[in-house]
Order: sequence, then C-alpha cells, then structure tokens
Amino acid sequence: MMTSSTNSVAAASMAVNASRARRSVLNRKLVLTLVAWTIALMMFFPIFWMFLTSFKTEAEAISTPPSLFFTPSIDGYIEIQARADYFKYALNSVVISLGATLLALLIAIPSAYSMAFLPTKRTQTTLLWMLSTKMLPSVGVLLPVYLIFRDLGLLDSRTGLIIIYMLMNLPIVVWMLYTFFKDIPKDILEAGRMDGASTLQEIFHLLLPLTLPGIASTGLLCVILSWNEAFWSLNLTTSNAAPLTAYIASFSSPEGLFWAKLSAASTLAVAPILIFGWMTQKQMVRGLTFGAVK
Amino acid sequence: MSTLTLKNIVKEFTSGSGASASTTQVIKGVDLEVKDQEFVVFVGPSGCGKSTLMRMIAGLENATSGDILIDGQRINDVGPAERGLAMVFQSYALYPHMTVGENMGFSLKLAGVSKEERAKKVNAAADVLQLGPLLDRKPKALSGGQRQRVAIGRAIVRNPSIFLFDEPLSNLDAALRVQMRIELARLHAELKATMIYVTHDQIEAMTMADKIVVLQGGVVEQIGSPMELYHHPRNRFVAGFIGSPKMNFLDVTVTDVQAEGVTVRLPDDSESLVRVAGQPEAGSAVSVGDRLTMGVRPEHLILDDSGPLGGQVQVIERLGGVTSLYLASPDGSGDGKIGGLKADDQADSGWILIADGDVASRVGDNIRYTFDSARAHLFTSDGLALPSLDRHPLTGLTRQDNSLSSVSAAQATDV
Repeated sequence: MMTSSTNSVAAASMAVNASRARRSVLNRKLVLTLVAWTIALMMFFPIFWMFLTSFKTEAEAISTPPSLFFTPSIDGYIEIQARADYFKYALNSVVISLGATLLALLIAIPSAYSMAFLPTKRTQTTLLWMLSTKMLPSVGVLLPVYLIFRDLGLLDSRTGLIIIYMLMNLPIVVWMLYTFFKDIPKDILEAGRMDGASTLQEIFHLLLPLTLPGIASTGLLCVILSWNEAFWSLNLTTSNAAPLTAYIASFSSPEGLFWAKLSAASTLAVAPILIFGWMTQKQMVRGLTFGAVK
Repeated sequence: MSTLTLKNIVKEFTSGSGASASTTQVIKGVDLEVKDQEFVVFVGPSGCGKSTLMRMIAGLENATSGDILIDGQRINDVGPAERGLAMVFQSYALYPHMTVGENMGFSLKLAGVSKEERAKKVNAAADVLQLGPLLDRKPKALSGGQRQRVAIGRAIVRNPSIFLFDEPLSNLDAALRVQMRIELARLHAELKATMIYVTHDQIEAMTMADKIVVLQGGVVEQIGSPMELYHHPRNRFVAGFIGSPKMNFLDVTVTDVQAEGVTVRLPDDSESLVRVAGQPEAGSAVSVGDRLTMGVRPEHLILDDSGPLGGQVQVIERLGGVTSLYLASPDGSGDGKIGGLKADDQADSGWILIADGDVASRVGDNIRYTFDSARAHLFTSDGLALPSLDRHPLTGLTRQDNSLSSVSAAQATDV
C-alpha cells in the first residue's frame, strides 16, 4: 500500500517533469522560429521591395510615404528593354558563369586530387597561400590585369571574363574539392588501383561518382559567385561581353536615378540566379554538409 | 601456381627535409620464401611492419631496397594490377556507388572484358561465396559478413596468383569470425591459390596458417608452422607472443649443464632438469651460475600441493571447461601485480595457471603448483631460446592434416 502510493507520487512527479521539459522544448522552438523568420524577412525585404518598386511608376517609386498599394505597371520593364537588350547581357552572364565554372573544375579536380592523395610537406602551405590570394583587394591588381588584357586583346571579351572569373574562384573550388576528396577512404582508391585502374580511371570511375554531391555544390557556388561578380565585369567589359551586372550599372545614368527602371533592371538581373539558387538549394546544402555526417 | 620470394626487403620513411631529414626504417631486411599454394600468415604487435610488408608485396608501397619476386620474376617496378595479385582490405574498401555485381566485375570492366564474359565470371564467384541473391544490392544494404564476402569475391573474380588479406576479419563479431575463418580455409583448398594473410589475432594465425611469420620492429623473429612456433619458439618474444594466455617467465640460475639437459635452480632452491641444449642457435654456451629465464605456458602448469612453485590467487576467471588462475609470481617478487597483465613480459610479473574447470580455489588462497619440465623453455639473457633436445611430435603437421577435405582427397586417390 505504502509502496504503491509512493510509486504513484513518483510517477506523477515524473509526469510533471516530463511535461515541463516538453514545454521548455516547445518554448525554445518558438523562440528559434521567431528569430529565424525575423532574420529571413530582414534579408528578403530589400529584394521584395525592389520587386515591388519595379512595377511602380517613377513618381510612385520615390513618393513619401512609400506607397504599398498601387496599380502595377510593366512600363519600367518595357522601357529598359527598349534601351538595352536584356537577353544579350543575360546570355553573356550564362556563358561566362558556366564557362568559368567548368574551367575552374577542370583545373581544380586534378589539383585537389594530387593535394588530397599525394600530399607533400608543402601541400598545406600551398592551400593556405591559395586562399590568402582571396584576401588581396581586387583593385590592387586591376591595373596589371587591365594592361595584360589590353595587350592580349581580351578586353570586353567573354574569354577574358571566363579566365578572370575562373582565377577568382579557383582557390575556393580547389579548397572545397580538397576537403571532399579528403573524406574518401584511401582504401577505396587503392582497391581500384589493385583492380587495374589508371589514375584517370580512378578519378572518373571512383572519385568523381563518390564526390558528386560535393562537386555539384562546388559548381553551383562557383556559378553563383561568377554571376554576382561586378568588379571585373565593370572594369574589363564595355558592351560586347558585358554580363548582367554591367547591365544594372548602365542604368545608374548621369541624368539621375530612375528607381523604378533600376529596380526593373535589377529584378531581371537577379531573377535567374535567384530561381536557380532556390531550385538547387537542397543540392547545395547536401553537398556542403557532405561527409560531415557518416 | 605461384611462389613469392622476398630478398632483403628494406623500407624507409623519410621525414623532414634537407639536413634535418630523418629516416625511419620500418622494415629492416626481410627474407621470405612463400611456396606455391601456401597459406602464410604475418603476425606481430601493431607497428611491427606487417601491413607495410604486405603493401609492398601488393605494389601499393615501394620497397626502399631489396627484391620482390613472383615466380622468379622481379616485380619491384611492376604496377599493382599487373602483378597478378588481389587484395582484401581490412575496411573491405567496396565501391559504395556500385552494386555488388559491379564491385566484383570492376577489374574485368577495366580490363575490357565483354559484358557477357563479365557476368559469367561474377556469377561463378558469387556462387562460390553464396552471394547470388545480393548481386544487385549496394554495399550499404549489406551486413558486415556479406560485405566481407563481397570483398573476397572481388578478389576471386580477378583469378589472382596470390591473394593478400589485410586483417580481413577484424571488423566482424566473434561468431562470424569463426565462420569466415573456416570459409577462408575452404576457399584456400578450393581455389588452390597462394595466400598471404596479415593479422594480429593469433587464433587466426594458428588455425589457418601453413607457415607463420612473426614480425617485430620490422624484423622477422621466426618463420615456421604453427605447432613449431608454439612448441619451439626461437626466442623469448615469439614464446611470449604465440599462445594465449601468455607464457609465464621466471628468472632461474643454472646449476648444471649436461648432454641430457640444463639443470636450473628455482626460487624455492629446488632444482629441475630441462631437456634443452646448453647452447642457443647463435651465441655462446651457457655455464653454471648463469642467470636464465625459464618460460612455462599457463596450460603446462599443474596444481600440486608439494610443487616447487607457489603463489597467491589474485583473480579467477571461470570459463566452465577451464579456469584461469592469476597468481602473484612464484618468487614472490610480483606481489600485487596480476599475472599476465603487464605489458612488457618481465619475469617479475605474475603468473597465470590454467586449471581444470572444477578447481575449487578461491581468491586469496595460497596454492602450490609444479610444471612439466619437458614443456619448459629456457632463454638466455639476450632472449634466445636454448633449443629443445626433443622435437615435439606434432611440429611437422601441416594445416591440411587438420581438415576433412584433405582426408577425403587422400581417400579419393586411394580408391
């Protein structure tokens, strides 16, 4: 009798504890959700506002207080298309981003392979040095690069931008691939060698299939970084090879800022990469956390 | 089909650079002869170089100097695949993105074998290992034992002249390990291939090997059949390494050296004649007054109330059939140390005695015991064994003598 009552008391207190624990977990979840939404909204709001503004008239765009409700018009879009051919710039952006990404992967895969599987005592230093080049302000090398490009006839050419974007992204790509390759057990490649695989076969039959998620996310990141790059495109192109970043910049004209048109141009410029990023975000996250949990 | 010869193999690793470069020798001149269809096991403590030696045979590592010969051909500069070897890795190293069938057929695919031919060979190997129903699965969906069989299957498909196994059973649970051990022995008989096997598990070594190579610190300590190593260890390291629980050691003094053996004085001042020669294989003869180390295996100690040795029971492990008694050492110097648990086999560590399962001793009891002097070993101060005057009758046994397949084969030839 005695024991059964103490048991039931104990059970009751356990139940109270359990529900308290559950409530605190719930509270934490609520707070986290709120914080996450706040940050997400803060980050997304400018893009959302730009999107709204692009459908306003120039007068509405600069009105104070800003008008939230208005009759949307696509005049801005029509006008900017009349001034500059969006599709030419977009095509340049696509060709240059993809080209730079493919070229970077082509060079980075063998480099990362040798660093990951045939390391020397200088490998770590080389990796750090490569990454350190990213710390250098681009403007510091603008003049030499500009002169070299002028002498080689690469100014305002897609080839030139592909090369410069590739160089710009190479350290990150090599670094990322290196970490992905490092996670592949050496035994598997050795087994491949015992089975008669040459180095190239090892890479194509074993290494690349095994690290595909990682390579894909590296490629995606590289595309996005190339797409968003503005410094080099503004300085090295004028019209022929100008990508979308140059297209946006061309609307900040000396006649004054036309917010609606600028917003329309910007919306058009970021839309493809935004949709692309949204579609591939699962792949990106999977690739970036690849190997982290096994 | 294939023999393997190692001639004075040396492996050095260099660290640092320039003037500060330091060279570490991990294999210090190994000579070895592996006969056709032999099952050779490399054993040794971790870091002894056994895996490095195997990787050099496989071609995954270069020998710094020395020759590796297969069927008399020097293959030092031949690539791993062209050596005609197959290796089973400790981690299995299956290709995770390929099905079992693709894993097994990968080497054939690289060699440009047609799809039909490939399927035929893969199916044949799968039949040997009962992998048929698993051919379309990915390694992820297999159990440890199945993965192990796939790894072996991948080796079989290549039809190698020599199989290399690098601790292949160490990731399996105890029951599976026993099963795979028997399966590997069966495969060896069935495939009639030369096999080289690296392990640190001496049960695997003792049960599967035709020939065991005991390595320590990059040096071969002894090569011989399992029974030879057990009964006639060449030195104290081998004596302590082979056999479980470990051999017990005790410091003794020589009182007489004769043709029929060496007499030594035990801690209780009694004397015992051990039938060994008075001179080790290499080195100078022992003489009266020399300090020697006597070694007796736990299973060769006999409980005896009037025995010359004694000690206090400190731990008892009852396994049912047998009982292990962990004792303070017979000369009392090992008080407080529990038998066999000291890492270095110092003579003053405690002793272990394997007794009958029904022994009634309790912890704290002082027991007395004796030993079979025919089974005792004597080692000089530099660890060399004094060779036994009587060869143990079983040292000539081959592994085939222990399995039914050879008996039935012998009967078949009789008919």
